[in-house]
Amino acid sequence: MKTHEQFAEDQALYALNELTGSERQEFEQHLETCASCRREVQALRGDLGLLALSTSGPNPPARSKERLMRAVAAEPRGLSAPVAEKARRRGFGWAWVPTLAAVALLLLAGALKLDNSRLEEDLASLTSLHHNTATQLAQTSSQLAQDEERLRLLSAPDAVQVSLNPQAEARKPHATAIYSPSQKRMLLVASNLAPVPAGKAYELWIIPTQGLPINAGMFKPDEHGNAVMMDHPMPEGVVAKAFAVTLEPEAGSDKPTSPILIVGAGE
Amino acid sequence: MEPIDNSSANRDQVGDDMRLVARLRAGDQQALSELYDRYSKVVYGVALRILHDTGAAEDLLQDIFLQLWRKPDAFDSSRGSLTAWLAVIARHRSIDRLRQRRPETDIEDCVIASSTDLGNETERSLVIEKVRVVMNEMSPDQRSAMEMAFFQGLTHTEIAAKTGEPLGTIKTRIRSGLQTLRAHFAS
Repeated sequence: MKTHEQFAEDQALYALNELTGSERQEFEQHLETCASCRREVQALRGDLGLLALSTSGPNPPARSKERLMRAVAAEPRGLSAPVAEKARRRGFGWAWVPTLAAVALLLLAGALKLDNSRLEEDLASLTSLHHNTATQLAQTSSQLAQDEERLRLLSAPDAVQVSLNPQAEARKPHATAIYSPSQKRMLLVASNLAPVPAGKAYELWIIPTQGLPINAGMFKPDEHGNAVMMDHPMPEGVVAKAFAVTLEPEAGSDKPTSPILIVGAGE
Repeated sequence: MEPIDNSSANRDQVGDDMRLVARLRAGDQQALSELYDRYSKVVYGVALRILHDTGAAEDLLQDIFLQLWRKPDAFDSSRGSLTAWLAVIARHRSIDRLRQRRPETDIEDCVIASSTDLGNETERSLVIEKVRVVMNEMSPDQRSAMEMAFFQGLTHTEIAAKTGEPLGTIKTRIRSGLQTLRAHFAS
């Protein structure tokens, strides 16, 4: 079994993706229990990011961006209206196929009936063919009816698309706050927040090095659990020890009235 | 004590990475377009330097930004700069392609920590210039070892064989070179 010092020698190799096989596996097992190695590997990756910037080269061709945006448009998050509309239009076109075929066949049969007796035998044969085709058309129509049902579901304004995945631990709420006492400005970006009940909102608190928590603004997440807040007026000269978020009445509280949901210490 | 304004007009006024990533998480294609405009040159530059093939570099560029679109949560904006993260992913994926092997690391596992601010164009230009200066100040042997490891994807053992230096020396050169870079940006 390797010691921490031996694993520490491999930190740069791991950050460079040079460790493979059992060496990599062993190192990753060590990382799970060693915060110091985790920090150093992450810092080394930051150094590698800087090293990457030493390169210079041309801009990628314009077609690359067009290609990317086309690919992205083809896989929007959730079922988009254009996709449903396209599917609906495609279904509408196919729906005419049996009708047109039936009309054409009937016209053909009608024309044959107008013909003289010499064609009666041919007519009988064609009538038989018509019968068979009509049977096939009935089957096709039935299939199309099922397709139409599915397309109606896809096109329904209230249709929702849900991806079912193996059960996993729920993503934890997370936020990043940037605060400048000299500029008296604060920026908060949060994600994975739970929806707030009616009449409630999240409240951000600055926990100063001295004194009580200070209200730093109210915010509500969007439907994806994301929130961005800035430009809330900040008091002057406050040195922040930590930041925290609690759930409060929508109008805001003067002091936290519920348990802290997320908290982070300032640098 | 107003609730936040999530209107597009408000969002469009702000151009920093964190906001763009937040918009990306909400499925905003325009945010990806803006991130591409900012960082495609870095990703393409790294890929092209490693792969020496414009077609392969374009494919890799496409692949990385599509991954970012599909898994925007893979990047932890509280830990480091998006530029550095994308550059490291580009490097790793390029080396994987060069060695014709399956990707060793999922982008979600590539957590990066960097205190260097690369949030806007001016800061990025300053940092890029500074990195080049620091690299030029290193001894030719150290710079060469770092470039062989990073841009050519040579293993430490391969670099030792190529240069005729002991393996331990190569390890030390690369490790201390990276730490020298860090020290210049920490001060």
